This record gives sequence, C-alpha cells and structure tokens, in this order.
Amino acid sequence: MSEVNTGRRQVLAWGAAMAGVALAPGVTLFELAQARSPEEAASNKVRWGMLVDVNRCASDCDACVTACDQENGLPQTKTPTSAQWIRKVELKDLRTGATKSAPVMCQHCAEPPCVDVCPTGASFKRADGIVLVDRHTCIGCRYCMMACPYQARSFVHEPVTGQKPEVPRGKGCVESCTLCVHRIDRGGTPACVEACAASGHKAIVFGNLNDPNSELSQRIAELRAAPLRPDLRLNQGVRYAGI
Amino acid sequence: MTAATLPRTATGRFWALAAALGVVVLAGLGAAHFMEEAGHAITGMNNRIVWGMPHVFAIFLIVAASGVLNVASVGSVFGRTEYKSRAPLSGLLCIGLLAGGLAVLMLDLGRPERMIVAATHYNFTSVFAWNVFLYTGMFAIVAVYLWTLMERRMNGYSGAAGLAAFVWRFVLTTGTGMIFAFLVARQAYGSALLPPLFIVMSLAWGTAVFLAVQAALYAGSDRTIPPEILRRIRNLLGIFIAAVLYFTLVYHLTNAYFAKQVAFTRFILVDGGVYPLLFWGGFFVLGSVLPLVLIWHPRLGTPRSVVAASLLTIVGAFALLYVFIIGGQAWPLEIFPGYATSSTFADGTIAAYAPSLPEVLLGLGGVAIALLIAVVGLHVLPFAPQDDPEARAKASASA
Amino acid sequence: MINRQALAGRATPSVRAWWRTVVAFACALSVLPAMAADAPASRVPAPTVAIAAPGKCVEDTPFMLRNHMELLKHHRDKTVRDGIRTTQHSLANCVNCHASKVTGRVTGGKDAFCESCHKFSAVKLDCWDCHTDRAQAGLAAAGAGK
Ligand code: HEC
Ligand code: HEC
Ligand code: HEC
Repeated sequence: MSEVNTGRRQVLAWGAAMAGVALAPGVTLFELAQARSPEEAASNKVRWGMLVDVNRCASDCDACVTACDQENGLPQTKTPTSAQWIRKVELKDLRTGATKSAPVMCQHCAEPPCVDVCPTGASFKRADGIVLVDRHTCIGCRYCMMACPYQARSFVHEPVTGQKPEVPRGKGCVESCTLCVHRIDRGGTPACVEACAASGHKAIVFGNLNDPNSELSQRIAELRAAPLRPDLRLNQGVRYAGI
Repeated sequence: MTAATLPRTATGRFWALAAALGVVVLAGLGAAHFMEEAGHAITGMNNRIVWGMPHVFAIFLIVAASGVLNVASVGSVFGRTEYKSRAPLSGLLCIGLLAGGLAVLMLDLGRPERMIVAATHYNFTSVFAWNVFLYTGMFAIVAVYLWTLMERRMNGYSGAAGLAAFVWRFVLTTGTGMIFAFLVARQAYGSALLPPLFIVMSLAWGTAVFLAVQAALYAGSDRTIPPEILRRIRNLLGIFIAAVLYFTLVYHLTNAYFAKQVAFTRFILVDGGVYPLLFWGGFFVLGSVLPLVLIWHPRLGTPRSVVAASLLTIVGAFALLYVFIIGGQAWPLEIFPGYATSSTFADGTIAAYAPSLPEVLLGLGGVAIALLIAVVGLHVLPFAPQDDPEARAKASASA
Repeated sequence: MINRQALAGRATPSVRAWWRTVVAFACALSVLPAMAADAPASRVPAPTVAIAAPGKCVEDTPFMLRNHMELLKHHRDKTVRDGIRTTQHSLANCVNCHASKVTGRVTGGKDAFCESCHKFSAVKLDCWDCHTDRAQAGLAAAGAGK
C-alpha cells in the first residue's frame, strides 16, 4: 500500500519539477504531512475542499468528467437516468453574453441539506467534511436529491456490473461525488483534480480548508472565490472563482 | 357501477368487488417487482424528476387519509350525531387510504427490502423520518378510536380518542406539507404556505373520497342518504374546495410577486405545456369550478351531482398534485444566478417526464389496497353508517 | 428471510424507547433463524473450493465460520463512516483470497466460496450488487496479523 503511494507521489513530484510549477511540491509536502495511517479515523482537524477557477476552465475540455467516470466506473453514455458525479456546465452571462464553463459536483456543504433530510441517516458528513452516502443504509427514497440545491446526486436506475473494486456501486441507491474518498484516505487527490492538472488547465485545486497556509486557502483568498448560491448559507467545501 | 352487472346478493357483490380490487392490487405488486428487478430506468423518472407518478398517488392517498377523518372529527369533537354515525366508516377509510399510500411509497423505494432500516436507523432532523413516525402513530390512534366507537364498553372514551385523532391528523398533514416546505432550493417548494395548503387540500379531498364511497355503499345496499345529511356534507365539500382554490391562488401570487419567482409561476400557469393545461383544465375547471357549480347551483345539488362533484374533486386533486410534484421538479434549479446554463445533466432546461405503465399500475395498486381494506372492513364489521332513527337512538344511548 | 444485515448496524443513540420496542421485537425475530443457523453451520459441508490463496484466514477458522458477518459489518461501518482503511477485515481482502482458482470469483455457482454454504443456509447476500466478486490481481491479500 504505502509503496504504491510513495511511488505515485514520486511521479507527481517529478512531473511537477519538469513542468517547473511551484505549486506541486507544495501539494506533495502537504500530502505527506497529512496522510493518515490506515487505522486512523478521519478527523475534523482537516476539512477537505476544492477551488474551481472558472477563468482557467476551458469549454472544450472535459478531462475532469472523463477521469471521474474512469476512476469510479461510471457509465460513459450520458442519459437522463445515468449517474453523473461531475458535469461540465456551460454558462452564458445573461447581461454581457460572455460564455464560461465550470465543472459542478457535490459541493460538500458544511450544512448539507441532503444530510438533514435523509430519513435513515445514510447521507452523512464525515469528520473531514466529505459528504457521502452510506450505501448500506440508503433505502433509495431520493429525498436527498429533492433537497440538493446543485443537482449533484444521481440515483442508480439500473443494475450495475463490472464495478471497480475500490468503488462499489449498485442499483437502487443514491450516490454522488465522494471527493474520491478512497484516494484521499491513502493520501491522494481526487481524480478530477489530477486530470485537470494533467490537461494543463489547473482549474481545480484540492486541499485543506482548515489550514490557512494551504495552497487551497491561499488561492481562495487571493481570487476571492465564493460558494455557489451563497444566499443558501450552506458553507460549501467547493468554491468558485470567476463567476 | 351499475347494480345490474353485479351479482344480486350482498355477499356476491362483495366477492366480485374484492376480486376485482385484488386483481388491481396484484397488478400493482407485479409492477413494483418489475421496477425493482429492472431498476427505475423502466419508469419515467430520472435524475431530474426523481419523484414521479407513484408519489402523486401516494401523496394523494396520504393527504386524503387525513382529510377523510374529518367526518368523524365533526361527529366526535363537535358532537354532531349525523356525523357520529359516520365516524366508523370515516376511520376505516382513513386506515385504508393511509395503508395504500404508504404501500406505494415503500414499493417505489430503490431498495424496498431495506424498509427495516428506516425503523432501526432514525435521523431525527429529517422531516421524512418524522412522517414515518406520524404515519405509524396515525394508524395506532385511529385503530384505538375505531375500537372506542365500535366496542360499547369503550364508547365513553370515544370523545378523547376522537380529539387525539383530530389533533394528530392536523400534525400529520402539516408534516406532509413540510416534506416540501423544507426544500428551500426549489422554487416550487420551500414556501411556508405549503402546510396550510396541504391541510385544506386534505379536507377537500378526504370529504370527496368519503362522499364517493358513501354513495357507492348506499347504492350497493339500495338505500338512500337522508337529504339533510347529504346537504350538510355537500356544503362542507363546497367550502373546502373553495378554500383550496383560495390557498392555491395565494400560493401562486406570493410566489410570483413576493418571492420573485415570476418565471417559474409563468411556466406553471401559462407556457409550461402540460402543466398549465392540467392546472387550468384539470384542477381549476374540472376539479374546482365544476364541482362548486354541481354542489351549489340551485337546480343541482342532487345526490347524483354531489357524487359527480366528489369524483371531479378527486380528478382535480390528481391534476394539482401532478403539476405541483412533477411540474415543480421539471423547472430547473438556479445554480448560477445571472447565467443561462446547459450541460449533459439537463442543467437549465425543463426536464422531460412521461409516466410509464408500471408507475401508474403501482399507484393504482395503492388505490386498490385502500378500497380493498374498506370493502373487507365493511363486509366483516358494522362500519356502515346507521341512519334509521332507531339504530341512532340506540347508538347515542350507549355513547 | 429477515434481513439481518440491515438490522445490525450503526446504533443511533437517539433511537427512542418507542422504536426500541420495535427493534427489540425485530431482533427477537431475527435471532430465531440465527440460532437455528449457528448450530448447523458447523455441520455445513466445509467448502471444498480451491481458493486462490490458501494458508490461513484473517482469524481462526471456527471464529470466522461463526462471526464473519459481524466482522464484515463492523469493518464496513468503520471504513465507510470513519475512513478507517485497514485491510485485514475488508471485503475486498476476503474476495482476493477466497476467489476460486478456476473462475477468479467468490460467487457464481455452488463451487464459489461465499456462495457455497450461503446457498445451503439459504442466505442471500446483496453485497455483490455493488461489490465486485472478482479477485484483484494488483491487490495482495493480507492475512492474519498484518
Ligand atoms: C462455512 C460456510 C460459509 C462461508 C464459506 C461463508 N459464509 Fe457467510 N454466512 C454463513 C452463515 C451460516 C451465515 C448466517 C446466516 C444467518 O445467520 O442467517 C452467513 C451470513 C453471512 C452474512 C450476513 C448475511 C445477512 O443477511 O445478514 C454475510 C455478509 C456473509 N455471510 C458474508 C460472507 C462472505 C463475504 C463470504 C465469502 C468470503 C462468506 N460469507 C462465506 C456461512 C458461510
Ligand atoms: C448499494 C451498494 C452496496 C451494497 C449492496 C453493499 N455495499 Fe458495501 N460498500 C459500498 C460502498 C459504496 C462502500 C464504500 C467504499 C469506499 O468508501 O471505499 C462499501 C464499503 C464496504 C466495506 C468497507 C470496504 C471494504 O472493502 O472492506 C465493507 C466491509 C462492506 N462494504 C461490506 C458489505 C457487505 C458485507 C455487504 C453485503 C451484506 C455490502 N457491503 C453491500 C456499497 C455497497
Ligand atoms: C489470506 C487469505 C485469506 C483472507 C484475506 C481471508 N480468508 Fe477466509 N479463509 C482462508 C483460508 C485459507 C481458510 C481455510 C482455513 C482452514 O481450512 O482452516 C479460510 C476460511 C474461511 C471461512 C471458514 C470456511 C470453512 O471452511 O469452514 C470463512 C467463513 C472465511 N474464511 C471467511 C472469510 C472472510 C469473511 C474474509 C474477509 C473478512 C476472509 N475469509 C479473508 C483465507 C483467507
């Protein structure tokens, strides 16, 4: 396990060094500092979050979506009943007519409406701020989908086969972006973030919102990023800059 | 239902009716099984319209269940004898409708086999979970209430039990309304007006169901409803229909003018295709104006026109719920205010929905469950109203 | 068949007395088949399946026989809710060792390890709706003590 991880970090570090980007070593250092041992429970000392810098996001790029589908074994065809944990939303400013593009996924609210409404407590927020569905207690009532302001959740409408071993998923439950919890728990970053960096856009930054010195916190402050629909006061873990 | 096509004897009629309802129940269960095997992909529901036809049926049944108890409440809480003799039927219908509605809700779950989880894992912040509690409590309270009504030794407690049921059902309907009122991000819902709207809806729809069933019952046993009693309940229905109309109007007005949701209100009431059609044609004309005319027109108000008014009210109820539940979800969420949006996930567009046969069968199965409970109950126990003076005197003497 | 998997689980502290009665009743019901099943479990023909990684199980074999369901549920809640990622009791780990040498799977036919005695005891698991029943080449299984 740990070998795999160090190896991956090494690759990351090399890639970053070659690209000469200042941020990647920071990320690596940070990850090493934060990685938990497998026995250790997630703690509220950390709050995982992301920044989407819309000005860096390209309309014709859906690397984050493809990476998410690959990582989590989601269907490639997009139908009204297929699961979409992340999607690219094309935006047209109603006053200026300017167009933009932004990925939308579970916003990992600190006050998640989905968790409030879930009758069985299957929707829950982990200590480190990740909002998840415990698919062992989800009864598939879909009230959380009614409550989510971001349409971030999908219901599995059909039997699923060929799941990824690390990402079990199946018919009759509600699911959504897990922030790639299985990667985070071994010290990694979400697949979309990695893919976005690999595409050269670097529009998504991942990190610890609780740490004022994290790259994430600093970029959020610098770009004055805000959550979507701040009027709802949900204190989302995902922030957007350039909207 | 023409008596001529049915077997002559009461028992024969009972079996024919029970068998017919049983077939519909089985069809509903079959549809639910099919939905569970193949997944909800075979329904019209999708990731945008997450609650569909089953919820229209279930919410109608649950809301009407609470309202149908109104007849009993008027009898027990306000001491009106002619209503009191109808209290057992009213309680029986309440249990039947509630059971039918809950069956539909449960069978529509993605994992109905995990129903026990809902009882063992309980999230107290969830309105939905409160409702599970309210519904089960309702069964218990109405069962006790029926017992106090039908068991002579318990008659003395029927007033207290009736009051408890009266209070509980207001809480229950408020709870049902709150399921939607808590959805702050959706323009159609998240309104403080929903709980009172649901209460008046329950009164109107419950009374309509009661009148329709009572008419069938009297026709089936070749009796006629005493005109005075019919006139009273008829007037009650008229008042409730008018109240629903009023609250619906206020709801749309506040939405449009105060909550600044003009675009959404316009969609539902003017240019949303099937939704305005159902709202104006189904709910407004067929489900409200026509029943009011049938009830209060000087030359109408006959037993037949009251039955027609009741049935139309039920048709209107379904139209209104369809607009409310499905139309409300069809309207896109406003995630990026000030932008026009589009995506592979139907952002910024009106979501498409076409009800599928299994969904409708499941819903009808729920209606059949409700009626089957009523029919069997009426067959085995004296739930039917007693209006002849002698029986009434006996009933009031024992009370 | 009562769904014991759903019954056991994270106990919500706020379950009211009212619900406790219901739960107690349901548990009482579920214990009946469990008691019935525990005894014959030892008489269940031990699976004669050639598994991918013979050797020792993650706990004593008799203990596993009786308690593997509880182990799995406990580990499941710790992983899903708290993010504890030890591998010893993880389902993925069981699958890696217990997959058939022939098919590479733990289900599918009476020769498949997990299905062999479940079929016999009429236990139907929903786990494989979501969890893969195939061994993963890349993941080395962790035995006892790791
Ligand atoms: C030696 C026979 C045997 C083998 C092999 C076996 N099980 Fe079991 N399993 C049982 C018995 C017996 C039960 C108990 C049934 C009961 O209590 O109703 C059970 C129950 C379970 C349950 C709980 C079921 C429920 O509905 O609550 C789970 C989960 C489970 N087993 C998982 C597994 C997995 C995964 C494997 C393969 C790695 C496996 N079992 C292999 C005999 C076996
Ligand atoms: C509806 C889908 C679904 C079903 C059915 C399901 N699981 Fe899971 N399970 C998941 C998901 C999702 C996770 C979380 C994976 C993660 O976070 O890495 C998970 C994680 C687990 C874990 C921790 C991870 C691991 O590999 O050990 C265990 C143990 C587990 N499940 C056991 C079970 C058992 C036993 C059953 C059957 C009784 C079952 N699950 C049925 C979806 C499901
Ligand atoms: C390192 C490989 C390995 C792993 C991992 C492993 N097992 Fe085993 N398991 C074995 C072997 C080998 C046996 C047979 C031991 C024996 O015959 O004494 C066994 C026996 C069993 C038995 C008893 C079957 C019998 O023959 O009576 C059960 C039940 C069982 N395992 C379940 C599990 C479950 C559940 C998991 C996951 C939590 C698991 N095992 C993980 C190797 C493994």
